[in-house]
Amino acid sequence: MLKNQNIEITPELIASHGLNEEEYAKILELIGREPTYTELGIFSAMWNEHCSYKSSKKWLKTLPTTGDRVIHGPGENAGVVDIDDGQAVVFKMESHNHPSYIEPYQGAATGVGGILRDVFTMGARPIAAMNALRFGAPDHEKTRHLVSGVVAGVGGYGNSFGVPTVGGEVEFDPRYNGNILVNAFAAGLADADKIFLCAAKGVGLPIVYLGAKTGRDGVGGATMASAEFGDDIDEKRPTVQVGDPFTEKCLLEACLELMQTGAVIAIQDMGAAGLTCSAVEMGAQGNLGVELYLDDVPTREEAMTAYEMMLSESQERMLMVLDPEKEDVAKAIFHKWDLDFAIVGKTTDDLRFRVIHEGTEVANLPIKDLGDEAPEYDRPRSAYPAPSALGEIDGNIDVAQALLTLVGNANGASRRWVWEQYDHLIQGNSVQVPGGDAGVVRVEGADGKKALAFSVDVTPRYCEANPREGGKQAVAECWRNLSAVGALPLAATDNLNFGNPEKPEIMEQFSQAILGIGDACRALEFPIVSGNVSLYNETNGIGILPTPAIGGVGLLKDWAKMMTLSFKEEGEVILLIGEKGTHLGQSALLRDCFNRIEGDAPAVDLEKEAKHGALIRNLIDQQQLTACHDLSDGGLVVALAEMAMKGKIGAQLELSNDLGELFGEDQARYIVTVKSDNLESVLAAAKAQNVPVTQLGTVGGDKLEAKDIFAVSVAELSDFHESWFPDYMAAEAAQ
Amino acid sequence: MKSAVIVFPGLNRDRDMIAALEKVTGEKPHLAWHGDSDLPDVDLVVVPGGFSYGDYLRAGAIAARSPMLQRVKEHADRGGLTLGVCNGFQILTETGLLPGALMRNRDLKFLCKVIHLKAENTTSPFTTAYKGHEAFPCPIAHHDGNYFIDQDGLKALEDNGQIAFRYCDENGNVTLEANPNGSIENIAGITNKQGNVLGMMPHPENLIEAAHGGIEGRYIFDSLVAAVA
Repeated sequence: MLKNQNIEITPELIASHGLNEEEYAKILELIGREPTYTELGIFSAMWNEHCSYKSSKKWLKTLPTTGDRVIHGPGENAGVVDIDDGQAVVFKMESHNHPSYIEPYQGAATGVGGILRDVFTMGARPIAAMNALRFGAPDHEKTRHLVSGVVAGVGGYGNSFGVPTVGGEVEFDPRYNGNILVNAFAAGLADADKIFLCAAKGVGLPIVYLGAKTGRDGVGGATMASAEFGDDIDEKRPTVQVGDPFTEKCLLEACLELMQTGAVIAIQDMGAAGLTCSAVEMGAQGNLGVELYLDDVPTREEAMTAYEMMLSESQERMLMVLDPEKEDVAKAIFHKWDLDFAIVGKTTDDLRFRVIHEGTEVANLPIKDLGDEAPEYDRPRSAYPAPSALGEIDGNIDVAQALLTLVGNANGASRRWVWEQYDHLIQGNSVQVPGGDAGVVRVEGADGKKALAFSVDVTPRYCEANPREGGKQAVAECWRNLSAVGALPLAATDNLNFGNPEKPEIMEQFSQAILGIGDACRALEFPIVSGNVSLYNETNGIGILPTPAIGGVGLLKDWAKMMTLSFKEEGEVILLIGEKGTHLGQSALLRDCFNRIEGDAPAVDLEKEAKHGALIRNLIDQQQLTACHDLSDGGLVVALAEMAMKGKIGAQLELSNDLGELFGEDQARYIVTVKSDNLESVLAAAKAQNVPVTQLGTVGGDKLEAKDIFAVSVAELSDFHESWFPDYMAAEAAQ
Repeated sequence: MKSAVIVFPGLNRDRDMIAALEKVTGEKPHLAWHGDSDLPDVDLVVVPGGFSYGDYLRAGAIAARSPMLQRVKEHADRGGLTLGVCNGFQILTETGLLPGALMRNRDLKFLCKVIHLKAENTTSPFTTAYKGHEAFPCPIAHHDGNYFIDQDGLKALEDNGQIAFRYCDENGNVTLEANPNGSIENIAGITNKQGNVLGMMPHPENLIEAAHGGIEGRYIFDSLVAAVA
């Protein structure tokens, strides 16, 4: 008998669950009766945008997700990619945008916790983390508070858990004023033949609840993440969960220990929509029914209702199907780590999702339909406005001043203030720390030489001007950053942050960006193996810049050959690989020195990207280079300045005073340095591949100097570059 | 050299420490789980870094009151070599094996970076191998590394030669600018009066091979191997 908890299912209640009339009609049709209150909650959790991908699925299906090295693509907790020697890297990126705006510390912390759990649920020990953060204008009243809270939250969780944070992005733009972005990436290492999946197997097997107790925190969190913010957001604070990295660390160790015993048949972490989503996915993916006994769920609050237990997003919890013969072994391991271990259900053969509380059935639903029959929309799209025309640019500027502005402003300044708050050295394998083109982590358990490179990238202003090229560029830049350290790019994860998909223009922007990502991933053999979509990133009707962040993983056979971007020694020759710059549309120069946002995004020639990247990786592998840096924001001069500052040594350059050449953001380009002995062979290698090379000058002195154009001391550059962030944040204390 | 590493739930540089001990001594350390009541007879006991029990109370306060720390105390009281790194240093001060306390960093933030250290004393069993390598780069990663002790205590530390390491600049000068966390007199590590217990905030276990960018952390373990030989 179904118990309805005496709550009437009214149109208002249905609407407050984020379900529209059509969706509710479909529920009635599927189950042939009015749902109970708990069932309404379950449908709402499964069918919201965050869990069902109802607006995005049509477009996500167009992405390339397979490849020689792909062991598991999207659909699991994280993507799994072969890295030779029987090892695999397991990785994913996920957003925690809405919670982080409401409560920055806990929102960001639990974002990190959630992504780490996704990785170790699959049997992988986390070895690297990154994050992509986007905040409003620096002078917006909330920005400092949000930066401070988010960075402390990311650090607070990751540092305590014990994973090195080796890379990331921080960007400021007024378009994120009311809706910041917190995208967290994690990667783990596993044996390729010991990957754990969520599909349940076997009828009548115990379903075990592991980890922390269930409270009322986060009830309805996934539904919140699927709606726009209004002015009432403070009322939503109770839907933000609280993180406990200590319990998560214990959960990691207990899970990995248990997995070794062979007791785990299937495992799923409780993330968005907690118990509901994890139990349904385990059953539905395994073609089995699930019965849950809520009276056995460990709770930390009194008198919790079935509805609350099913929708709680309390952190650090897992659900597992256990080999019943190993129950005692499993229990002993979890008790050793002082974690809850409770049998809360069993698998059945009737494909029903049954929930029993206080002796009565509070839900009885067709399990496959909860996932498979979730609504899927082909939302209307409207023509996207063409990029604005690029007006005249007065080329007569003080180049040194422009350079100081670009390396010393909110978006160009050093992020050291941020990444020094993250433990980037723990585990003793970080061979390239934040501040380079990619973070690089040595891989344990193989020959001691193998390493993995990580980078996360996107240029939202390009995506706004031209979603298709912007989508391509995000992938290309990530791929280029991996290549620049000498890593072979293997695969990527995407975190697609956009506005309200019910607006045709946003939907067009979204679909075009995905098509662009797909174009680039196919051309660069860089499949998308996992990801996350975050829509409705709007406040009071103002959407964020489209931000499809791409997190990539690359493989280095020998970390000793890894390249870094700093200038190394006096007399080394500086080369530009790729064409001279011309493109100033949407450039950092235009935005930051002319206060103009106009023009088209730079075009991405994927054939050139592939060719230039292959040349770079070959030259690095043959140890022909002494430094390498990809060109991105700010173009040639900014890249040169970054190399000089990092190496604490200047350069004498031969450049023209054409602004496009100096600051253009054309793609598929790198700056490298070579010892003069290797110059001929490097030039010959480029010529053989038909890749343009320009000799720019030589490393040396204490100034970055281009005859007749500009000269600025490396010390002054560093001063500007390093001081913006600490100075900006110091004003927090003074406020 | 036989060693044991104490493992509390929530520690996270235990694996780094185990790897370092194994690489330097060629022997796997014994792992002593916090709930166990026995500590085998070893030359060196290490309390590694991390966030024991989450450090939700004052850092190291709960671990210091665990049964295993009693065994560690007995080992130290017998003159056994005892090393506490980061959270391990905090735990050893909480047990009273080392004087002083570790407060929140001056800037109130977690700080992970490579700083420079100066070995003040190259006669303790932990530091003899630093002779001739007095200033070296070393990583730190902590939120509560701001060492404090009262004036009498400080004088005692100095008089007894208990200050093992100070934060310095790359040329070995102990300056205010080179102090990352506000520690009194730039103190990064101290020994007890007898010299058999060392606590330090920086991470020598993350500085033992080329991939770490330096090997100067090894010298602590080299010194210890020489001391027990």
